[in-house]
Amino acid sequence: MSSRPELQAPPEIFYDDDEARKYTSSSRIIKIQSELTERALELLALPDDGVPRLLLDIGCGSGLSGETLSEKGHEWIGLDISQSMLNVALEREVEGDLLLGDMGQGLGFRPGVIDGAISISAIQWLCNADKSSHDPRRRLKAFFGSLYRCLARGARAVLQVYPENIDQRVLILNFAMLAGFSGGVVVDYPHSAKKRKEYLVLTCGPPSVSKSVPEEDGESCSDDESSGDDENQTVCVSDRHRPRKKQRMMKKGKGREWVLKKKEQMRRRGNDVPADTKYTARKRKARF
Amino acid sequence: MRLLTHNMLSSNIKGVTNGFPLRIEVEKVVEKQVDLNPDFLRSMFSKIDWKALVHAARSIGYSELPDEADPSMLDSDDFLRRFHHALLQLHLEEGALICPETGRRFPVNKGIPNMLLHEDEV
Repeated sequence: MSSRPELQAPPEIFYDDDEARKYTSSSRIIKIQSELTERALELLALPDDGVPRLLLDIGCGSGLSGETLSEKGHEWIGLDISQSMLNVALEREVEGDLLLGDMGQGLGFRPGVIDGAISISAIQWLCNADKSSHDPRRRLKAFFGSLYRCLARGARAVLQVYPENIDQRVLILNFAMLAGFSGGVVVDYPHSAKKRKEYLVLTCGPPSVSKSVPEEDGESCSDDESSGDDENQTVCVSDRHRPRKKQRMMKKGKGREWVLKKKEQMRRRGNDVPADTKYTARKRKARF
Repeated sequence: MRLLTHNMLSSNIKGVTNGFPLRIEVEKVVEKQVDLNPDFLRSMFSKIDWKALVHAARSIGYSELPDEADPSMLDSDDFLRRFHHALLQLHLEEGALICPETGRRFPVNKGIPNMLLHEDEV
């Protein structure tokens, strides 16, 4: 698990000059990134009329995915939190505009101006609390809320993510739905742990506006998991809370005997403990 | 940063109700040649806040945009050329963006605006 960059350091620290350098020198990373971007663009399902669109690349890094966007003729704005990665993007002379920003602080764009958004392997960073002021839930809410606002009606956001576990995926999806997005998860290569890729395909506004999901390639063997995911959600949520819930349902708590035993224990240690009375360990009234 | 991006950006500070348009403080502007694509300009026109674009272009030293614009002007090559130049070819390389409401300064270095907020601004 320690191979996950999310667990090693905050993004602005992890993607330092060395790590950023890797992105210019590794042809493997470049190839994977551009494949992911191609797929994301396909899922974005922009109208096929040859008109360039204004797209957003969230977590653009060194601009690898941006280059694919430029190849297709689109204009794009890239946002990243790592100055080192953006410096590499500058060296590569990418065509889009770059912004140094934190997606968890919300995207500062005017409402309804962006034709589509993509993000490659970035959103899962939002699930981490790297500073004491970070609250993943608040950051996810700010991100999806601001993304929803800045997208044009009917526009799509395709976010490729590596959630660490089911809980993270559910958390991310829940906040996307809360912001008003409709859509679900597309999984490519579900049979392979290594090649498996998940894309959140989110549509701004009601699903009726959205166009059909593009045909999958024969070999990629994808399937839409949005319906299956609902099941996962309920299962894992109840799993997580079961022990606490049981306790609450029994309503008895630990009981008077247990409290007396503990108080005795504390007295023996020399702590200042209130005297035992008839009120000790008695349940409070519902209203007080 | 091109004026296209400037036209989309607004200040994201907590409590700011009207963070658009960000004022521009110029230190250095560069020009880059970009192919003119009339289709893109036509589709972008409805999304552009024209007043803000004219103002931004003036503040970085390009004052050949008309004060008012309507979609019928998109048929004129001359207009398209100016629109294209202002929107995509002028880059703010060094300077700053200023939030119109709070006066907070977002520095622009090497063409990249630093839009990171402090903890108390989120």
